[in-house]
Amino acid sequence: MVKEIERAGLPVVHMCTIVPISKTVGANRIVPTVAIPHPLGNPNLSYEDEKHLRRKLVEKALKALQTPVEEQTVFE
Amino acid sequence: MIKVVHYLNQFFGQIGGEEKAHIEPFVKEGFVGPGMALNAAFKGQAQIVATIICGDSYFAENEEKAKETILEMVKQYQPDLFIAGPAFNAGRYGNACGSICKYVKEKLNIPVVTGMYIENPGVDLYKKDLYIISTKDSAAGMREAIPKMADLALKLVNNEEIGSPEEEGYIERGIRKNYFAEERGSKRAVDMLIKKIRGEEFKTEFKMPDFDRVAPNPPVLDITKAKIALVTSGGIVPKGNPDKIESSSASKFGKYSIEGVNDLTSETFETAHGGYDPVYANKDADRVLPVDVLRELEREGKIGELHKYYYATVGNGTAVANAKRFGQQIARELIADGVQAVILTST
Repeated sequence: MVKEIERAGLPVVHMCTIVPISKTVGANRIVPTVAIPHPLGNPNLSYEDEKHLRRKLVEKALKALQTPVEEQTVFE
Repeated sequence: MIKVVHYLNQFFGQIGGEEKAHIEPFVKEGFVGPGMALNAAFKGQAQIVATIICGDSYFAENEEKAKETILEMVKQYQPDLFIAGPAFNAGRYGNACGSICKYVKEKLNIPVVTGMYIENPGVDLYKKDLYIISTKDSAAGMREAIPKMADLALKLVNNEEIGSPEEEGYIERGIRKNYFAEERGSKRAVDMLIKKIRGEEFKTEFKMPDFDRVAPNPPVLDITKAKIALVTSGGIVPKGNPDKIESSSASKFGKYSIEGVNDLTSETFETAHGGYDPVYANKDADRVLPVDVLRELEREGKIGELHKYYYATVGNGTAVANAKRFGQQIARELIADGVQAVILTST
C-alpha cells in the first residue's frame, strides 16, 4: 500500500516496527516504532508519558515528510 | 547420526497464540509439534536433538539479542544441521526463520533450511542467502513442505549436488549455474522467440531481476498548510467492525470518518487484526492510529489539517495483489480529496 500511494504521487511515511519488512515492501520514508501490537504507544508508561512518546514519533514522521530523500531512508 | 536443531515460534512450539508472542527463546530436548513429522521424514538418517522456541514478537523486537541467545543454544548441541519453520505466510515468523538461519549458517558453518510461502516478506529478505522451500500459505501445506525440507537438508549435509529450484522445491535464489546444453544458444533463443510469437509458454534462461521500486516523492513544502491523511494496515475500525474486514487475508479496506473525533477510545474503536495481541490496540487505538496527537498538532497549527477520513485494512497474510489494489484505490480517493501527504502505520 505504501508503494502504491507513493506511486500515485503522494509523499508517504511508513511508521512500523519491523524496518526490514518496510524496506522490502519499498517504503521510502520510514520511522521505526515501539512494538508490533502497539507501534505508537507503550502500555507500561503513564497515560501522559505514552502520549508524549506518541507525539515525538508523529513529529518525527512529519519531519520525514518534509525532508527530501533520494533513496529509502530510515528516520531514527 | 546427523544431529538437527529445529527452530519454531510460540504457536508451532505449542506454547500459545498471540498472548505468548513475547516469550524469550528457550530449548526443549527432542522434537516438538511439526518436528515430529520432520524427524520421521529423515527416515532414521538424522534426528532432532533439540527444539528452540521463541515468540515472534520477541524475535522481531529484539532481533540482535534473540539471535545471540539462540546461537548459544544451538552451539550447545553441536548440530550438523539447522532447520527453521516452515513459516508459511506468517510475516514475523518468516523474518525470524530467515534471520536465524542466516546467522547460524554464518557463525557455525552448517547447512540450514527453512520454508515459506512465496509472498512471505522473509522470502525477499533471505532467498539469496538461504534455501527456502516453497510452501503453501497456511499450515495446511505442512504435509507437503516437511518431506521437501527434510530431503533438501539431508542432501546439503551429505554434500550431494543440489538440483534446480523446480527439482528440489526451493525458492529461486538468483544463482546461475553452468551446464552443457544439448542445443546451442542461438537455436534455443530462436525456439524461445517462436514460442513467444505463437503465444506459447516459454522459459527464459536468464530472468531479469524484478525491482519494483518507486522513487520518493518530493517533500511537503509547508506542513502547516498541508492536509494529512492517516492510513493503517493495523486493522483499526469503528467498534463492531462495520465492514467486517477479515482478521487475516483481508479482501477489503474500510474508509471511516474521524470528523470531530479527538481521541480513539475503547468504546469507539478497536482492531480487527488477527496475528498480534489485540489487547493494547483495543484499549487505546491511538496506539496504532495516532488521531489524538494529530488533532493536538492540528489545533496548534503544526499541521494544516487532518483529513476527515482514515483508511484501514488488516495486513495479516494479505495477498500482495490485494494490498496493491487497496493502495491504488486509497491513493486515488486521497488525491481527489486534496490530501497532500500520508502517514501509514503498520503493526
